[in-house]
Amino acid sequence: MAALSEWQERLEETALAPIRRTGRRFWALVAFLLAVIGWGAYAYSVQLRDGLVVTGMRDRISWGLYISTFVFFIGISHAGTLISAILRVSQARWRTPVTRMAEFVTVVALVCGASYVIIDLGRPDRLLNVVIYGRWQSPIIWDVLAITTYLTGSITYLFVPMIPDLALFRDRLAGRTSRWRGWLYTVLAIGWNGNATQRRSLTSAIGVLMILIIPIAVSVHTVVSWIFAMTLRVPWNSALFGAFFVAGAIFSGIGILIIVMAVLRRAYHLEEYVTEKHFVYLGYLMATFAAIMIYANISELLTHGYKLSEGVEFHFRQLFLAEFAPLFWFYLLGGLVTPIVIALLPATRNVRGMVVAAVLVTLAMWIERYVIVVTGLRVPLMPYEPASYAPTWVEWSLLAAGLALFALLITVFTKVFPIIAVWEVAEDHEATVAPPGTVRPAALETPKLAGEVGP
Amino acid sequence: MTRMGFSIDLERCVGCQACVIACKTENGTPRNIHWMRVLEKEEGAFPDARRSFTPVRCNHCANPPCVAACPTGAFVQRADGVVVVNESVCVGTMACLTACPYYVPARYDGGDGYFGKKLTMYEEAKYSNFREGTAQKCHFCYPRLDEGRPPACVEACPADALNYGDLDDPESPINIELQRRRHFRPREELGTDPSTYYLVGKGGGPAVGVS
Repeated sequence: MAALSEWQERLEETALAPIRRTGRRFWALVAFLLAVIGWGAYAYSVQLRDGLVVTGMRDRISWGLYISTFVFFIGISHAGTLISAILRVSQARWRTPVTRMAEFVTVVALVCGASYVIIDLGRPDRLLNVVIYGRWQSPIIWDVLAITTYLTGSITYLFVPMIPDLALFRDRLAGRTSRWRGWLYTVLAIGWNGNATQRRSLTSAIGVLMILIIPIAVSVHTVVSWIFAMTLRVPWNSALFGAFFVAGAIFSGIGILIIVMAVLRRAYHLEEYVTEKHFVYLGYLMATFAAIMIYANISELLTHGYKLSEGVEFHFRQLFLAEFAPLFWFYLLGGLVTPIVIALLPATRNVRGMVVAAVLVTLAMWIERYVIVVTGLRVPLMPYEPASYAPTWVEWSLLAAGLALFALLITVFTKVFPIIAVWEVAEDHEATVAPPGTVRPAALETPKLAGEVGP
Repeated sequence: MTRMGFSIDLERCVGCQACVIACKTENGTPRNIHWMRVLEKEEGAFPDARRSFTPVRCNHCANPPCVAACPTGAFVQRADGVVVVNESVCVGTMACLTACPYYVPARYDGGDGYFGKKLTMYEEAKYSNFREGTAQKCHFCYPRLDEGRPPACVEACPADALNYGDLDDPESPINIELQRRRHFRPREELGTDPSTYYLVGKGGGPAVGVS
């Protein structure tokens, strides 16, 4: 058993390392991110002073980069739900070392996404009117309800499985860290001591939460699609939109998770726990969702294009040939086809290949959201000249600030909370190490996929 | 019940823009904001060329998508069917701009008046009715309707091309005119049930391709 406890010790040390040591590069990164956020704050102050006229949004194209980025962030928030809840329900054990990161991404992405709705408001000072005068007939109110529910749910779902790890931090860091940290872990660990009753409660709480969070997550992105699909705009007129948005959300969520995993793995030396296998498995999952997205696109474009009813010809021309053609073709070929090719070819089926695929997917999915929003509003419904839209420096600055805020919140989280679900990884490890005494290498027992490249 | 309707006689409209000016004068809409507009188009080629004019404004739909989409209830449909905006409640989500298939609601951004940064006394008085960052649109001159007077555009039209009245009253002049004349409504097929009727001549269809 000595080997096992040594293994456990190493795991705990890895989890504690980010909190024990903070290098100069960390502070440099934080300073850089804060600078970008500060620039965004300046841009927003200009917008607050002069109004939405400083953006490219006008009366005919009244939603633009902000709403696209909102949809994008809400989309990537599905990383946590998918990895954590769906894989937990299906008892895929390989997920355990990356669940915590996925749940971080969910909460942080939701916070970033929700802030873009406020940035997009013409009168943010009247935000409370949404609560005071809210009407259920408006899809925007459905969104407000869905996103606040999802945020509450995912914070709970992040917190509950973290309790034993917070208790570990409380015990291991007692007296060896700043007072506020000690206080924070004591409060958040809510008296966890790992006895049988507590363990039973924890297991059943997680069981309930993982089932609950799935329908909430699915409904959130469906409702996000409905703020578009419930209007009379030609390209948005689709019953497929909800499912299409959910698939796209999970797709981009996997992409961003692979990127976050790669960054944290390198920064905090997690190679023993976050292995190539995790990247490859997630890459397979991402390729599957790329296939679903291709299917959805064909289904959507063909039903519109075959009938070519009013406005569709204009829409197809702007997508495939004219103004939006470079973006749309990049999305189709670079964002949907290439990730599948990368996952299929043995030569690129490795960490580097999957990270490249994930970057392509993330970029393509932002572009997809942008194209959906802007082209949808651009198709003329009246016999007027088509309107145009180009984001201004204010909008680009706020996009950069949002991405910086996302990175900063993840960075800060990793410095405060355990980035690896220590107790779950340990539990899985114990379950796979048999018979006692004969310790196999750290790799976790998982069903092998055909063609898998071993860790 | 009352349902306020509006008719626009495309045979009579001469494109003088008097309605546009009357609306501006009455409601003091700021620069770049037009509650009444006249679209112009040239058709055919010499010697068979003609210019056609299509006045457009809010259609005060019976089934208004803007009212449905508004999250705060800033868009209200009155008992007489007139759709009005309560600018003091609007939070500026621009959901109405996205919802309206006629591009009617518009965002007010503030900014200069017609004669530069310094507003005239008239502009100062009238612009105070508008709230920056909110949506606004034609309100059928409801303060005038409530006094029994016609909307400003109707009153100003020298060609008698504009008319209004109660669509639910079979005896109303607008209904009698509609029975007599060929007419169409803008983008009726969308199901918004607009209250605007365009009257056309014997062979006439939509003038600028509205519908």
